[in-house]
Amino acid sequence: MREDRPPPPPSRGGAYSPPPPDQVLENVLEHVLQFLTFRRDRNAAALVCRSWHRAEALTRSELFIGNCYAVAPRRAMERFRRATAVTIKGKPRFADFNLMPPDWGANFTPWVTSMAQCYRALEKLCLKRMFVTDEDLELLASFPSFRELVLICCDGFGTSGLAVVASKCRKLRVLDLIEDEVTDDEIDWISCFPEGETCLESLIFDCVECPIYFEALERLVARSPSLKKLKLNRYVSIVQLYRLMIRAPQLTHLGTGSFSPSEIVAQGDQEPDYSSAFDACRSLVCLSGFREIVPDYLPAIYPVCANLTSLNFYGEACFLCLQVLDTVRDAGLQAVGATCKDLRELRVFPIDAREDSEAPVSDVGLLAISEGCRKLQSILYFCQRMTNAAVIAMSENCPELVVFRLCIMGRHLPDHVTREPMDEGFGAIVKNCKKLTRLATSGLLTDRAFSYIGQYGKLVRTLSVAFAGDSDTGLKYVLEGCPRLQKLEIRDSPFGDSALRSGLYRYYNMRFLWMSSCRLTRRGCKEIAQQMPHLVVEMINGEEEEVKEDYVDTLYMYRSLDGPRADAPSFVTIL
Amino acid sequence: MEKPMSYESEDHLNLKATELRLGLPGRDESDKQSSPSARNNKRASPEMEGVLYAENEEQDCTPPPKAQVVGWPPVRSYRKNCFQPKKIEADASGVYVKVSMDGAPYLRKIDLNVYKSYPELLKALENMFKCTIGVYSERDGYDGSDYAPIYEDKDGDWMLVGDVPWDMFSTSCKRMRIMKGSEAKGLGCL
Repeated sequence: MREDRPPPPPSRGGAYSPPPPDQVLENVLEHVLQFLTFRRDRNAAALVCRSWHRAEALTRSELFIGNCYAVAPRRAMERFRRATAVTIKGKPRFADFNLMPPDWGANFTPWVTSMAQCYRALEKLCLKRMFVTDEDLELLASFPSFRELVLICCDGFGTSGLAVVASKCRKLRVLDLIEDEVTDDEIDWISCFPEGETCLESLIFDCVECPIYFEALERLVARSPSLKKLKLNRYVSIVQLYRLMIRAPQLTHLGTGSFSPSEIVAQGDQEPDYSSAFDACRSLVCLSGFREIVPDYLPAIYPVCANLTSLNFYGEACFLCLQVLDTVRDAGLQAVGATCKDLRELRVFPIDAREDSEAPVSDVGLLAISEGCRKLQSILYFCQRMTNAAVIAMSENCPELVVFRLCIMGRHLPDHVTREPMDEGFGAIVKNCKKLTRLATSGLLTDRAFSYIGQYGKLVRTLSVAFAGDSDTGLKYVLEGCPRLQKLEIRDSPFGDSALRSGLYRYYNMRFLWMSSCRLTRRGCKEIAQQMPHLVVEMINGEEEEVKEDYVDTLYMYRSLDGPRADAPSFVTIL
Repeated sequence: MEKPMSYESEDHLNLKATELRLGLPGRDESDKQSSPSARNNKRASPEMEGVLYAENEEQDCTPPPKAQVVGWPPVRSYRKNCFQPKKIEADASGVYVKVSMDGAPYLRKIDLNVYKSYPELLKALENMFKCTIGVYSERDGYDGSDYAPIYEDKDGDWMLVGDVPWDMFSTSCKRMRIMKGSEAKGLGCL
């Protein structure tokens, strides 16, 4: 609808009257702008002039809301009237680690309520760290063109909400539930998909910790000829997995569920031929799962390994994208370094995620990876022992690194060989990895590390800091030195009001700042709030009633076009 | 079990002796004993740094085992749980009861073992169902509240939540219902 345009002039008689020049221009502009897909390009185009602003708004089909509280739903939807795909992100990432009480917010309800009026033609929705209720899902399911739902790290809903989506969304192609918390309402939601052929292309539910009725799943897979991605939860045994694979040889992405026999399999039953099942899936490029891995069954996947380009796997493999547990040990990582020459992304998770656990991977493994996987772009590495030398080596061997996240699990741990802080290692990363945009630090770090980050980290957009630094100077280095900084999350570091103040002119250009258990006072935070009217400054009180002088537990602040939110719970004070 | 802090390391210089730093002592390679049974799993205050100590103090006192800090290491609990699924089931001696609320289309399930008292339970129910249950009184039950919680006990009788001591309740409760206050008045005479 073009309400904001002047009405076209009346036509004269029966003769064709060409539209006025500015309207021609707008038509052309809209046609051209439709080809712009990158958000950054669109945002730039919208700033050219009013006419471009209007045309861009009408042609934007994908709406991205990086912080659900940065703008009111109505305002966003009234500007971008024709969006059919929406992504909304809610809680800050540290909420994943219990650093924020539940019920903080990020409710999806106000968004879906507005969508019910403004976006009836919605096709795709992706939510991350939002609180979504079953009622929200029910409303969503009533949108006639809705076909893709992706929920990442969300909570608030249960299998009854899934049941409604399954039964009412006749055009559903994608239902991806990734690391959500889903309540078990004892409803067999898989059975709620309608009978007859479905258009399902992706069904991911490995995080759903509820038993499913397998026969219903098998029938669903059998009648979903377009299904390419299927990731099962741990209630699917290896025998059941086999049955699904022979029904769906066209799968490209498979999450294998438990990959272990269920107790129901009787002794002496002839075991199915797993190898040939995997062999039959010629198109598999992504394999994950193996939640309760029984090593005897692993050889079954070897036939398909040669074709895989991406693997999320708790074990050994050779791929482009690899996610392992640290049980592979340094030796396993050495094998990866020796064989996975094209590896782009590596994640090594700890099997025992405690600070003083025995971690079987260390600087040795990191060094091996850096020497073998020269094309590495992204790494997440949990360990207990690290050296500057290994990190420096990685910075020199892997110049393509865009994401470097190192978590030395013991707090304040220095280089275990030289006993020095890890400053030089992280300094080398920011200096040598010229494409770096995301950095997470750990280990013993002084202000020097931050001076390096401020000096060299010119492209850094996301920075995660924990138990690091000596003084306000550290944070000042970062706030003054990193022009592209968007997301800064800091915990348990000795940064105070003076440092906070030094970043004043930056905060409108950032998506958010999180600082918990630092040295901020209420007064310091209030000063910021007073000087920056478009910043929402939230003080969040933790569950423990510890009053350390008047240090603030958690500061979470973000820019917003629509002022402070109305749904803040009692433990949040908005200054 | 307390780990003795030994700063004489056979392998390298005793740099720790001259070290002065902020925060708790880091894990030293020389004391690799793991004592899983004695791990202190209590949530410690996140602000555990800020303790400035000198070397001579360390040798005198034996620092406590490292308490687990909230949210550290930064691994999502979903991911932590997924590698010990059997263990979780073994520990699930929780008492799960279904809770229904008048007017709500969906049931919820809660683990009574998570709560230690009635106020905790009622607060959790209020949060879960977004309602006000109010305060229990022996004489008037939940009179005046929008909602009142009742439960079915082992004998199949419906009782008002709060009438019996907590321990008796948590072991005899089979399921719960949050009914509208207006209807609950009739239970006042139970």
